[in-house]
Amino acid sequence: MSEQVGLRGKAWFKALTGSDTSNNGDPNSVLTTTAAVGNESALFLCVVRDKDSRFPCVRDGQVGLEEAFTLATHVRAVIAEDRDKPRPAKRPIIAIVDVKSQAYGRREETAGIFFAAATSADAYASARMAGHPVISLVAGHAFSGGFLTHGYQANRILAFDDAGITIHAMHKEAAARITRRSVAELEKLGHEIAPMSYDVRDYAKLGLLFKLLHADDPRHPTSNEVAEVRRAITEAIADARKGKLDLNNRWESDAAKETRKGTLAVRAALEAQWFNE
Amino acid sequence: MEKIEFNYPEAKRLITKRAHVGVVGSGDMEVLLEPNSEEGARVFITTSVNGFGNAWKAVFDRFFSKFDGAVRIYINDAGATPGSVLLRLEQAVEVIEQ
Amino acid sequence: MNTPVLISDFVNRKSFIELDARARAQSLFDEGTYKELVGPFDRIESPWLAKQGIAPQSDDGCIVIKGKIGGSPAVAIAFEGAFQGGSVGEVSGAKMTAALDLAAKDSEAGKSTAAVLLLETGGVRLQEANLGLAAVAEIISSALVLRRHAPVITIVAGTVGCFGGMSLVAGVSSYTIMTREARLGLNGPEVIEQESGIDEFDSSDRALIWAIHGGEQRVGMGLADSLVEDDADKIAAAVRDSVHKGVPDKHRTEQVELYRARIAALDTSSQIDPATLRQQWANPKGVVR
Repeated sequence: MSEQVGLRGKAWFKALTGSDTSNNGDPNSVLTTTAAVGNESALFLCVVRDKDSRFPCVRDGQVGLEEAFTLATHVRAVIAEDRDKPRPAKRPIIAIVDVKSQAYGRREETAGIFFAAATSADAYASARMAGHPVISLVAGHAFSGGFLTHGYQANRILAFDDAGITIHAMHKEAAARITRRSVAELEKLGHEIAPMSYDVRDYAKLGLLFKLLHADDPRHPTSNEVAEVRRAITEAIADARKGKLDLNNRWESDAAKETRKGTLAVRAALEAQWFNE
Repeated sequence: MEKIEFNYPEAKRLITKRAHVGVVGSGDMEVLLEPNSEEGARVFITTSVNGFGNAWKAVFDRFFSKFDGAVRIYINDAGATPGSVLLRLEQAVEVIEQ
Repeated sequence: MNTPVLISDFVNRKSFIELDARARAQSLFDEGTYKELVGPFDRIESPWLAKQGIAPQSDDGCIVIKGKIGGSPAVAIAFEGAFQGGSVGEVSGAKMTAALDLAAKDSEAGKSTAAVLLLETGGVRLQEANLGLAAVAEIISSALVLRRHAPVITIVAGTVGCFGGMSLVAGVSSYTIMTREARLGLNGPEVIEQESGIDEFDSSDRALIWAIHGGEQRVGMGLADSLVEDDADKIAAAVRDSVHKGVPDKHRTEQVELYRARIAALDTSSQIDPATLRQQWANPKGVVR
């Protein structure tokens, strides 16, 4: 599976933008370009594998220092360019997500990868709060710090519905080790406890997704599938523009009313006590 | 994990304060002690360690042989020894009797 | 008495690290001005731990206290490192997000309300995996909204340190206060050793760990703001200073060009020496108490 990380992201970046090379001055691991979606142009961003990265611990498609700062640079450039435009004219920002994880490296820790990741999360969130529709398309893996850095600040999240999609806090082997379970036990538990599941259809029950999409072979999308995904992105953009700038939709969604009762109870109780002086 | 409940109907003294002590860290527990709205005392235990119902019963029988407050006691336990259970209970009583 | 002053200071100081999360948070507020919100008696516990045979905690390891700091309205949200490693679950995460949102609401209405985040955490609680990760994303978003109106101040005191997703929350804070005993990073040494091998990071090498993640290094290289002794009074004073400083002109995470250029200038052909990096990135504004 791990040899494939980044390939699905790259395939969809190419299918949606026609391009699959990085910009001058950017690391080869970050693809960004402006391309049409619906009847407007949007900024597309994707992190891909770079076998020759000068940072050894990102060579399998992890998000590291250069990736985080490069994403932040491009997102902030669009915010600045569109600063004076009204909300309906702010360019959509589309994060195509297929990231193995954050980089687990000593170079990264020494130079403060926590801060680099925060910089990118800030850029995406700032774009959303400035009125840009920020849409994530989870095309493969969306793990942990990698997803926090690239994609999890979106107004709306789209994901494919097949077994190649994994959205999670930690990969199975490590999670099994730390929670002292076998991988088989962990998989079984996932079906009973939705937030533990590695299955994207269980993830959908958490209320965090806008829509599940389907492609028969997501590494080789057909033109019909590409058109369908474009339609879904356009729909997500329109929905984001109608909605609030914060992330409240994630716990106010119908699915969240079932699975995130804890979140809703906390918010109601805290609000009641906050103003009761 | 196991849930255990006890009733001590003889504990009838009116209590007005409440107390919270301890953390559910390894080998420790938290105790919440508050006035019971009905007569008598009730104990609700949630413990990560199964099969120690008799030990809990012994600890609370001993505790309520000296304490007669009409309280509800909630315990979340991560494997505290009977000695530390009693210590936490005494700390909670100290807070409400202040 | 001819006891040297230094020794008496050391003996008389009240350790902050030895306090639990609730006492830490309380110690920051002006006497008699604070109350706890959604405390243990509200008993909003994790709905997920019991299903996995693990005893929950009545406050889910997250303490919210509202009051005044140096005369200004403030809210402190503290993670208890002794419960499940200070991990972020659905409930503890929602408490932090909701408190930040309410502080932002008050601040937008003209009552500037600072937030102080006391982070002793290994990151996402794996038993609540995807809801923990989602909570981290939501906390980051809410902290970014509040920090436009009022300062968001992070304290990492130790001994757990601040790792995993919550390190990004420290990253987006207006000010970060650390002790020498505190550590701050995305991945802890054990995780790196596990994922990338002992040649990448030897997690038994204490000197290396502190040289990279320690408070002195993080303040020295400019990724945190104040290095404070493990003394509750001094930490409270540092927090009051940060509250009074208010919102900084430019937050660190907005300085993308500066840091991107610094990363571009790194020689990555071998491991990076932390002491050299600290000199190169030296933080002239770092406060040491």
